[in-house]
Amino acid sequence: MLKIRNLHARVDDKEILKGIDLDVGLGEVHAVMGPNGSGKSTLAQVLAGREDYEVTAGEVEFGGEDLLEMPPEDRAREGIFMAFQYPVEIPGVSNTYFLKAALNAIRKHQGLEEMDAIDFLKLVRAKMKLVNMDEALLNRPVNDGFSGGEKKRNEIFHMAVLEPRLAVLDETDSGLDIDALKIVSEGVNTMRSADRSFVVITHYQRILNYIEPDFVHVLVDGRIARSGGKDLALELEDKGYAWLDPKTAGTAAAAVMA
Amino acid sequence: MPAVKERSPFVEAYESFDKSLGSQGEAVKRLRREGLEVFEEIGLPSKRQEEWRKTNVAALGSTSFRRASGGTSGLTPEKIRPFLLPDCIDLVFVNGRFSAELSRPGALPEGVFAGSLADAMARHADLVEPLLGHYADGKHPFVALNTAHIEDGAFIHVPRGVAVEKTIHLLFLGTTEGGEAVVSYPRNLFVAGQSSQLTVVESYCGFGDERYFHCPVTEIVGEANSVLDHYRLGQESLGAYHVATQKIHLERDTNFFTHSINHGGALVRNDIQAMLDGEGIHCTLNGLYLARGAQHVDHQMRVDHAKPNCHSYELFKGILEDRARAVFNGRIYVHQDAQKTDAKQSNRNLLLSKDALVHSNPQLEIFADDVRCTHGSTTGHLDDEAVFYLRSRGIGEEAARSLLTYSFAGEVLDEIRLEAVRKDLEEFLFTRLPKGNIVRQAV
Ligand SMILES: Nc1ncnc2c1ncn2[C@@H]1O[C@H](COP(=O)(O)OP(=O)(O)OP(=O)(O)O)[C@@H](O)[C@H]1O
Ligand SMILES: [Mg+2]
Repeated sequence: MLKIRNLHARVDDKEILKGIDLDVGLGEVHAVMGPNGSGKSTLAQVLAGREDYEVTAGEVEFGGEDLLEMPPEDRAREGIFMAFQYPVEIPGVSNTYFLKAALNAIRKHQGLEEMDAIDFLKLVRAKMKLVNMDEALLNRPVNDGFSGGEKKRNEIFHMAVLEPRLAVLDETDSGLDIDALKIVSEGVNTMRSADRSFVVITHYQRILNYIEPDFVHVLVDGRIARSGGKDLALELEDKGYAWLDPKTAGTAAAAVMA
Repeated sequence: MPAVKERSPFVEAYESFDKSLGSQGEAVKRLRREGLEVFEEIGLPSKRQEEWRKTNVAALGSTSFRRASGGTSGLTPEKIRPFLLPDCIDLVFVNGRFSAELSRPGALPEGVFAGSLADAMARHADLVEPLLGHYADGKHPFVALNTAHIEDGAFIHVPRGVAVEKTIHLLFLGTTEGGEAVVSYPRNLFVAGQSSQLTVVESYCGFGDERYFHCPVTEIVGEANSVLDHYRLGQESLGAYHVATQKIHLERDTNFFTHSINHGGALVRNDIQAMLDGEGIHCTLNGLYLARGAQHVDHQMRVDHAKPNCHSYELFKGILEDRARAVFNGRIYVHQDAQKTDAKQSNRNLLLSKDALVHSNPQLEIFADDVRCTHGSTTGHLDDEAVFYLRSRGIGEEAARSLLTYSFAGEVLDEIRLEAVRKDLEEFLFTRLPKGNIVRQAV
């Protein structure tokens, strides 16, 4: 599904991704963890096509196609969805109508008929339940005045309506209380299927109690420092990230030995 | 003996024009003569004058504008239909003169007058004369020029306690005459009596890129406790000059609300002055201007808080493309007596190109000590992050930019209470913005 090879990216003159290799197979859930500033969001944004990041080396293949060649909207239309760590507020643009325009742009690209208002409303109602969305949030402008938790739920709601083939969730769990976390996780779990893959970026192991990953990767300083099964996440919860960081690993190890 | 000055082309052959207005009342004739004298003394403003530094009206002096002749320039109901508003009384003016054939009158409550100023000056001199020219600043060059040419325009008078339910739409059409550029001076006076209510729309419209000069002056008087909704829609031809002055005089407890929308005209200058001359007034002055190509649009605002406990809110937004220029000068004067003033002013501009330019200058002058006043101005481009957010959901780049532009305008749009005007403006934006059909779907 997704193949990342030796991906390097920088912003301005600062190299952030320093050679990432990652394979995400059909139907798999990959967790990407890592300390602040390690490049997790950068990886997500590069996958979604943010032009501020310059890819200096490497390749990304998605469903057999060269992802890096596509503008962001085409990536979305090909089935990539990114839930933003900080969703943007768009006053004056209705959450529902905007989503309808987005869905129809995607359907058109995929050679499907545009969805009419009645079918769309049915779809929206079904998906709303999935994330326990308040109806009022549907009629409000996109994220405008939403609380932090509402914004995150809205991202999952967008994902549920757009039904991507690959969803990249950038810290959708951060700052959520336990109830909201459960709702978001349930939303993701119901969306899990044999032909849909997830990259769940997170800072904390907690969400992985609810969304069980097939693989866990640790991103440190722009590289994947370690990959493993879901047990790796528990190990990280115990030990923190320092022991994986080549810059601090020596001192951390020394501290453990002392 | 005064030095002989070269006569401005705008007042050439004034004597024969004056003669043609022989039947006007003495008071109006006197007013005109005063206007002429002031204009002959000060002439057109130059860029050396502070208020005219950013807007060059020299082109007005060098273009020869004929005084409009008074015909309807071949306009038909068919041709003007796109400018009419639904469910309104439409009063149509061609180059400043009322046209009964093109108008669509309707029933008004007893005692309400809405129609031609020329007619009102003849039949209701008692209502017109005490207020005409009373509040407008006679020393303003274009007010003086307009005053020298008072002939026709719109007069609305709502007696005490009467609520006019129907919206009165004043449609001012500018045209060329036989291919020649003409100038016209609509003169408007709206008087809302004590505890009355009125909704009025002034539209200034033209065709294609016809070259003409509209120089209107509008005086608005809100007597105590009246409720006035006022809209001003600038849709002049792309070759037109529009230099307008509005003077709003409000008495205690009035609720005044105006929207100035502009997207037409080659050069547009709009002086909006509100005098809050009583306690408990709520005054909202909003605006939205869109300019592209080489359009130039200038708003000069002045709000005077003369008495305590009044609120004024100003929100003006601009969207500029290509090499368009916008000027915004906002002045709030809080007089010494005006304690507990609550005044808020903001001007925000969105630049869609790198060559567009805005001069924005909000100012406060406060002579009272217990007030709450804020002002601010921002000028910026579309937020890249927001564009990316929309694109990441499958919306194309052009549509994403248009959606955000619409969203920028939305704040002003949402405050427009008159549905006919709001719908019209929405429709305009959907046609104007690239990929507007997607915007239409998404908002
Ligand atoms: N647009 C940018 N301009 C400059 N520096 C940037 C930009 N985006 C990211 N960076 C820097 O690149 C590094 C990686 O940032 P990134 O946001 O990818 O980290 P992260 O792993 O998502 O961190 P967090 O856990 O805090 O979300 C950080 O040092 C950050 O400051
Ligand atoms: Mg991040």
